[in-house]
Amino acid sequence: MATSADSVDVVVVGAGIVGAFCADRLSAAGLRVCVVDRGAVVSGTTGAGEGNILVSDKAPGPELDLALLSRRLWFDLLDELPSVELDAKGGLVVAGTPDGLAALVTAAADQRAHGVEAVEVAADDLRTLEPHLTDGLAGGVHYPQDMQVQPMLAAAHLLRRARSRGAVVRAHTELLTIERGADGAVTGALTRGGLIACRWVVNAAGTWGGEVAAMAGAPVPVLPRRGFILVTEPLPPGTVRHKVYGADYVANVASDNAGLETSPVVESTHSGTVLVGASRERVGFDRTTSYDVLGRLATQAIALFPMLAAARVQRTYRGFRPYCPDHLPVIGPDPRVDGLLHACGHEGAGIGLAPATALLVTEAVLGGTTSLPLDAFSPTRFGEVA
Amino acid sequence: MSDGREEFTLRVDGHEVPAYDGETIAAVLVRSGRISWRRTRHGDRPRGLFCGIGACQDCLVSVDGVRGVRACLAPAFPEAYVSTDEGATDA
Repeated sequence: MATSADSVDVVVVGAGIVGAFCADRLSAAGLRVCVVDRGAVVSGTTGAGEGNILVSDKAPGPELDLALLSRRLWFDLLDELPSVELDAKGGLVVAGTPDGLAALVTAAADQRAHGVEAVEVAADDLRTLEPHLTDGLAGGVHYPQDMQVQPMLAAAHLLRRARSRGAVVRAHTELLTIERGADGAVTGALTRGGLIACRWVVNAAGTWGGEVAAMAGAPVPVLPRRGFILVTEPLPPGTVRHKVYGADYVANVASDNAGLETSPVVESTHSGTVLVGASRERVGFDRTTSYDVLGRLATQAIALFPMLAAARVQRTYRGFRPYCPDHLPVIGPDPRVDGLLHACGHEGAGIGLAPATALLVTEAVLGGTTSLPLDAFSPTRFGEVA
Repeated sequence: MSDGREEFTLRVDGHEVPAYDGETIAAVLVRSGRISWRRTRHGDRPRGLFCGIGACQDCLVSVDGVRGVRACLAPAFPEAYVSTDEGATDA
């Protein structure tokens, strides 16, 4: 029996990967859930990345702990849902210079001490893992735990499963404000489609999480960081076998775009296309295509995989990573507003971190202890937020 | 149907096929009775013209040895050598 969408227990704002996992887990816990999104399902950053589930790019600390837990939760989906193209392909981080390699190896040793599998790969052995990799690299580290998924497919299946438990999903339903009672606690979510009475609101609005938080009078500093991806024509199976990336983001100081950083990231997909990234810029929500950035990404990718020079680019896309000043997400109850929880600000790691985020949020809603401490992800850790 | 347009031939997979000035290669293929000229990587299903506007990448052919050409956008021209067997992609 479908929940009446006029009165539920939880309104989840955002039908991306984090919102989908939250709706799935909250509904599994027996709560009545309504998901709202001002756009279509997965129309935000979820559909604009590479679907990565990584531990390789995380230094020891709260985010790595979250990533290790979250990775295990992704595996649960293998048996539970139709195929979401979950691929335990592994990651390979390569260094072009001896200094770069030394730094990479040191970082890997630190990660290894905190639960990450990391295997050093000598220069001569790199092509055992990636036959088409260029000559002349100094070496690398193999991270067998890195994975990839089709995030839009995953979110769609999670939302469908949530709906099978009575959750309601309202796309194209913009949130206008979060209503609060005399005691300041959440009483409902006012949308363009009407008021939804609820006890809790989960802010899973990703890059727009700051706007949603402001509606409740509980600002959080989530800002956009633009990234581009090139998609090649489908290439023969086995062309690129892992997520392969260079260790350092290169700051392009000569660029006129705020803080442009690029680094080579190359990986394939289930259909055989190869995705080329990665760039980071603070340009607000500027959706126009930057051919300068695309050119840099293509050049860097060819430097790693020379055969890509002959590959046709079928299309490109861009997305806006939701980042906080300390590059950690905002997760958990907001002490300023009873009934408000946040689940946003995951920057480039949202896909991987989504299931653990949903677990923590659900545990918080149910009122028990959380599987990980939430202090590092607190919405009030920032001091004064404009 | 010629309506005054120049008529010429292409070679498609080794066979001569009539074409008219102003047509796309996809139009030539479809008029010659061919509605699919690729197979999918997963499931080996037939593919040919789909969106017709250069977006879906389903209609890829090789033209004069150049792989990955969208037949729905490529103009037919005299003596064009069109191949659909080369694995224009491996998809």
